[in-house]
Amino acid sequence: MAVYILRRLLQVVPMLLLVTFVVFALLHAAPYDVVDTITTPQMSEETKAAMRERYGLDQPIVAQYGLWLVNVLQGDFGYSLASRHSIAEELAARIPNTIMLVAPAYLAALVLAVVLGLIAGSRRGTIIDKAIDGLAGIGIATPSFWFALLVIYVFGYQLRWFPIIGMHSVGKQGDPVDFLMHFVMPFLVLLVAFFPELARYVRSATISQFSQDYVLVQRGFGASRRQVLTRHVGRNVMLPIITQLGLALPILVTGAIVTESIFGWPGIGPYFLTATRSLDYPVVLAVLLLSAVLVIVGNLIADILYVVVDPRIRIGAGS
Amino acid sequence: MTAADDVLLRVDGLEVDLPGRTGGRVKVLDDVSFEVPRGRVVGIVGESGSGKTMLLRALMGILPDGATREWRRVLLSGEDVTATLGRRRLPAAMVFQDPMTSFNPLVRIGAHLTEVAQRFQKVGRRQATSLARDALAAVRIPDPDGVLSRYPHELSGGMRQRAMIAMALLAQPELLLADEPTTALDATIQAQILALLRTLQAERSLTVLIVTHDLGVVAAVCDDVLVMKDGRIVESGPVDRVFREPQHPYTRELLDAAPDAPAAPGADAPAVEKGSEA
Amino acid sequence: MTTTGATPNVAAAIDATTLVHRTRSFRSVSAVLAIAFLVVVGGVALLAPLLPLDPTTTDLAIRWQPPSAAHWFGTDELGRDYFSRVVYGGRISLTVGILAMAAATAIGVVVGLVAGYAGGRVDDALMRFVDFLSSIPWMVLVIVASVFLKPGLWTIIFVIAVFSWMATARLVRAETLTLRERAFVRYAQYIGVRRELVMWRHVVPDAAPTIIVAATASISTAILTESALSFLGLGIQPPMASWGSLLETAQGSLQTAPYLALIPGVLILLTVLSFNVLGDALRQSVSEGGAS
Repeated sequence: MAVYILRRLLQVVPMLLLVTFVVFALLHAAPYDVVDTITTPQMSEETKAAMRERYGLDQPIVAQYGLWLVNVLQGDFGYSLASRHSIAEELAARIPNTIMLVAPAYLAALVLAVVLGLIAGSRRGTIIDKAIDGLAGIGIATPSFWFALLVIYVFGYQLRWFPIIGMHSVGKQGDPVDFLMHFVMPFLVLLVAFFPELARYVRSATISQFSQDYVLVQRGFGASRRQVLTRHVGRNVMLPIITQLGLALPILVTGAIVTESIFGWPGIGPYFLTATRSLDYPVVLAVLLLSAVLVIVGNLIADILYVVVDPRIRIGAGS
Repeated sequence: MTAADDVLLRVDGLEVDLPGRTGGRVKVLDDVSFEVPRGRVVGIVGESGSGKTMLLRALMGILPDGATREWRRVLLSGEDVTATLGRRRLPAAMVFQDPMTSFNPLVRIGAHLTEVAQRFQKVGRRQATSLARDALAAVRIPDPDGVLSRYPHELSGGMRQRAMIAMALLAQPELLLADEPTTALDATIQAQILALLRTLQAERSLTVLIVTHDLGVVAAVCDDVLVMKDGRIVESGPVDRVFREPQHPYTRELLDAAPDAPAAPGADAPAVEKGSEA
Repeated sequence: MTTTGATPNVAAAIDATTLVHRTRSFRSVSAVLAIAFLVVVGGVALLAPLLPLDPTTTDLAIRWQPPSAAHWFGTDELGRDYFSRVVYGGRISLTVGILAMAAATAIGVVVGLVAGYAGGRVDDALMRFVDFLSSIPWMVLVIVASVFLKPGLWTIIFVIAVFSWMATARLVRAETLTLRERAFVRYAQYIGVRRELVMWRHVVPDAAPTIIVAATASISTAILTESALSFLGLGIQPPMASWGSLLETAQGSLQTAPYLALIPGVLILLTVLSFNVLGDALRQSVSEGGAS
């Protein structure tokens, strides 16, 4: 098993390199001048040329790639075209906000999906199953941004229960109640966005477990339906879910772009979208890089978890 | 054929039907009546689709969803239990066909066994473990402690089937049902498992019902045989009589189709023929 | 279309048999409803130029009127008939959906065939690429792509197609792998028929049902993606409108005219839902061996 983990870790390196190379190529292909991110229009040509030299922007491509990569590894993602600010700093400030919104929503959706999915799968064909599956089906077909508008209209405008914009009211930063008030609506929207696919997945995993022979055997040995569900099927369904959590890593950071921008939540979303609209290539590609790296890392975590947790793989085939 | 009070189980008029694939219903068991004498090993033989597996599942109450089960009368040791069988179970345990898929792959053997022990013998965890260990020893598994802590995939096919039999023993059954217990195993292992069943039957005064499509198995370990076709029992009786003088044409067909004529049933040294795969 | 031989058993007792039968009929009922809805929506969208619709005339005097007999869907912020706007928006949304689906399916089929047929390292590399691409949140991919290209109808079709072919590729590859081992394919190779010809004339027709099922899922994804992008202003640009861009405009008048936001969203939901239900029904009949 240790060998497998090591091998998997080693596989990650070339993938990461490949990804960075693609991103760099896009950066280079983009129609803007990198020097514009570190100079202002007021500077003279000589200053600009000096900056160009200083930052190695007159070097051959490969060298530039190397420099860029070294910077990235040190946490320097370059500067925004629009604001001239450090992208890394901006990201560092915004990522926690995004995580604060997405993580609880995803976890809540997961818990709900596991409970309802197990119920639906264990009572296949009944009204409850059709209701849950139908609900999931409608949820999958619902555009989440539209649902956000509905939620805003009902709870924000009509009932006036919750504030619509932002993460906290002016002057109330750090106030937990104020935070919660701002949190509820986007949380709800994300919950509804994440839940349906997870529920369908759990339901189908449950159904497939119930069709396994060992369930029949358990019934033959007198296990009640509830015992089968909690002691066996439930456990077996949780296995792939836990390992899938690694795959949720990229969602944690870039999975709520639209929702955040609708609610003005100061996370990665609005930053990314503003950059998109103003053709701020360095920012856009920095986010892409971040996303891709998280995908690779998430996959790695999922694979390792799987090997660690599944006894069939952990211990290997018997004699 | 035997004295009435020596009959462990008597079933009259068992009927089972299942929902068909395109609507309507399919009758899988049609007016099935039979007796199982106490302490005997009874084989149920027939082709696939004859209903023999469904018979076992009907007795255990684990028919597929949507199935209906009806019977006129069921006598357990002479006592009429027809009405109560819906709620209670028969004092029976079943050994299933494919030991690989019969265990939950994510649960250790020990946990499987102790769960059954606790359920049927109303004991605590520690005593259940001890009972599980004893059961594994009874099925002649060396190193019972090792096996208790193993996962199903770590054992060989034969060991898994022994563990399954051990699990059945922990339910303290009077009647042991076995559904094609050797079909999924290698030939040499088959002989061992059959011998084990015979031995256990003698040691614990069990009554055993074996479902198989292999006449060789019947010849090797069974005392009596029920021949099934299309959901009905077409012939029944002691094995040597039925094999020597089959009365029903279908029985004759089955016997003719077997490559070697089955020998008279042995006592402790089963001669396992590779029976017909009709 | 799925048909079943079961007539719904209206016996009072709800036993499992009845439930199983009812499930089957329910599925056909919902599939029929889905098809009916799609036919209506598709028909209206297709025939729009022939209908007495006027999506462009503005009249500030009657703006933000709720639905009425004169204006079935009310009027928007410039006084235009919203029903007309929604119909024409539907034209665009459905067009994007269908064209993107066609392109994505084409790419997916080719990649899937190549991967399944070639096997070995080619298959390995392709599948890793597919897996990787599938795991990046598509919003990110699609937005990044649209930064590099000028926004517009064809851009958005292209962008959606390029990032949604993966599911089809996986399915087609799986089919190809099983079909590759079938006797008739081996025989064709044995008698010297060129690989590509074998693939084209044997494997594709057999995989057709699966491809069709994947295509319905593709349309759903395409419609949802297009509406999201247009909502963000990165998709369909004025003067063209799609349901998504209508929603973006509606956002501004949410408080005064909520119906402007409600209607296009409901249509997106119902359209996508119908395609999904249709896809499910098709998948049922495929797996029951009904289609081929």
